[in-house]
Amino acid sequence: MAYTEEELKKELETKEYEYGFYTDIESDTFPIGLSEEIVVAISKKKEEPEWMTQWRLDAYRSWLEMEEPEWANVHYTKPDFQAISYYSAPNKKPKYDSIDEVDPELLDTFKRLGISLDEQKMLAGVAVDIVMDSVSVATTFKKTLGEKGIIFCSISEAIREHPELVKKYIGSVVPQKDNYYAALNSAVFSDGSFCYIPKGVRCPMELSTYFRINQAGTGQFERTLVIADEGSYVSYLEGCTAPSRDENQLHAAVVELVALDRAEIKYSTVQNWFPGDKQGKGGVYNFVTKRGICENHAKISWTQVETGSAVTWKYPSCVLKGDHSIGEFYSIAVTNNFQQADTGTKMIHLGKNTRSTIISKGISAGKSQNSYRGLVQVGPRAENARNFSQCDSLLMGDQCGAHTFPYIEVNKTAQIEHEATTSKIGEDQIFYCNQRGIPTEKAIALIVNGFSKEVLNKLPMEFAVEAQKLLEISLEGSVG
Amino acid sequence: MLEIKNLHASVDNKEILKGINLVVKPGEVHAIMGPNGAGKSTLASVVAGKDEFEVTKGEVLLDGQDLADDAPEERAHKGIFLSFQYPIEIPGVTVTNFMKTAINESRKARGQEDMPANEMLKMIKEKAELLEIDRKFLSRSLNEGFSGGEKKRNEIFQMAMLEPKVAILDETDSGLDIDALRIVAAGVNKLRSKDNAVVVITHYQRLLDYIIPDFVHVLYDGKIVKSGDASLALELEEKGYDWIKQEMAL
Repeated sequence: MAYTEEELKKELETKEYEYGFYTDIESDTFPIGLSEEIVVAISKKKEEPEWMTQWRLDAYRSWLEMEEPEWANVHYTKPDFQAISYYSAPNKKPKYDSIDEVDPELLDTFKRLGISLDEQKMLAGVAVDIVMDSVSVATTFKKTLGEKGIIFCSISEAIREHPELVKKYIGSVVPQKDNYYAALNSAVFSDGSFCYIPKGVRCPMELSTYFRINQAGTGQFERTLVIADEGSYVSYLEGCTAPSRDENQLHAAVVELVALDRAEIKYSTVQNWFPGDKQGKGGVYNFVTKRGICENHAKISWTQVETGSAVTWKYPSCVLKGDHSIGEFYSIAVTNNFQQADTGTKMIHLGKNTRSTIISKGISAGKSQNSYRGLVQVGPRAENARNFSQCDSLLMGDQCGAHTFPYIEVNKTAQIEHEATTSKIGEDQIFYCNQRGIPTEKAIALIVNGFSKEVLNKLPMEFAVEAQKLLEISLEGSVG
Repeated sequence: MLEIKNLHASVDNKEILKGINLVVKPGEVHAIMGPNGAGKSTLASVVAGKDEFEVTKGEVLLDGQDLADDAPEERAHKGIFLSFQYPIEIPGVTVTNFMKTAINESRKARGQEDMPANEMLKMIKEKAELLEIDRKFLSRSLNEGFSGGEKKRNEIFQMAMLEPKVAILDETDSGLDIDALRIVAAGVNKLRSKDNAVVVITHYQRLLDYIIPDFVHVLYDGKIVKSGDASLALELEEKGYDWIKQEMAL
């Protein structure tokens, strides 16, 4: 993969990479609403092959027959799908000319998260000169991956450059008609990431460091496909601790992970989309379908820290198809003010001697509602399957809610353990900290971090530090 | 150092402290004794600034400064330490991490930088040795699954780390067997100096066999009804609280 610093610099400036097409798009805007014509037009715009267009159309037709799910423990005004523009051209023009024009509150948050000034500018959409430093880091990064045969690019690029891989695996884990939002995503997905790790290759770095910048303006309908070939390993980091003030209200992403024999995928997410204001106005609806499939002796770990969005509907799941495969789910979900989260996981045990672990930590503050919903299903052929689930809830104040909905369907040989606790940050705990000289805000951060430790420990180091600060900021002003 | 003047305090409009006067000078050890419900723990909480209690009259001074407007953490920064009768559990937060946070918050309040990690480790090591605390203990979650003795010893360890001017030990002897009591008392004695003061709140005399007080005060129905030297504690032990009641014609 020949790639120069000059090229990357250009790419970052124009953001072409992220959207993966090269036509002059600045003046393009699609009319609002969704129809077959729009789906075809999106596919065409992205110069996709015929099979992809057809795949999208199949998804669209299924979606038309489907109904928006109602079972989650969340309440919101249903989006008007005909009032959305399904193709928003990436804006080349920076939103601001100088950082002084950016909302000071947002900048303050960036600063406290320890985000560098250049990154702050990128994230806030300020015109920025590319720093040579980060360019060379990114170039080295690309080069190292290329040497190992690792493919890491946008999904649009992958559709063009690696159609055989995409064709084989897209929809193989989350079929087009899997659910309402997945069908919608399949029809209209804007872009996303693609990653392929060849046989026996251990990806030498966390796939994110550079992409944190690039991902700042993630699309409304993101699609991610990660394939770890036999005996390979990859750690993938998604999202960003920086607050994303996206004007798109509805986000319906799909993430598919394929771990072939003896492969391991570690997928970590930090999500901090706009949760709405303190009165509960605005905020992103985050309806995500994430699922991975494990072949023999393969392992998939989902780790997530969710602090943003007004409404979250998300169940990263593992299909343990192969014998001796392992699925893990580690989650921290924070809700404050009027946020609502219905999140959890599904562990589907199909192979023999499969194991799964679920550690879920829900933290509710303000008037928020936080639900854990998890399914542990052990198929008739999955002999000696084991699961351990632990769901802990921490409540702050007396106006929030924590709910747990575990579903367990097992055979006779399965060993299932489920533990659940609910605790409240008490005035006594706060006073104890205060008496030792620790102010209330800091005391809450300390208690919350202690509560979340088992999950924070699963995050890659750098991410964990950021996530810790994020928890602190998300819960500010929630007690006292 | 610590001066309490005509202190009245209530909870839910019920008056518990009814005019307490107490002067504690540097280097002194005061014991406050009294029957259950006399207001001993309330006095400790009020000095520490717990906001469920309302001070209706009087004042608490530290080095001549009125603490009325200070939040509990500000009082802590100024050198008030309370050893809790029932230390609180904080799961997932290690003793070391808790102490690190506490010390650095106090330093921040005084305009100092965080304590360098090596200095912190050295201090932790010294204090743990002084109090004969196993280092493994320090990486456990704060008070979670601690025995009664471990909890109290941990309180004294925190006192050692924070080096307060005035330490109030609220029923530190409750729930301790004789060995644990001896260890805790030895720890307190090691921490005594001419610059700090200790107020021991206790129901029984036995802790005072190990921490010898300079003054003993008897708290009864929200007031200090009798003060004396260490012999008063022995007398109380012998004659019981009813004796005070009769003596004072209460």
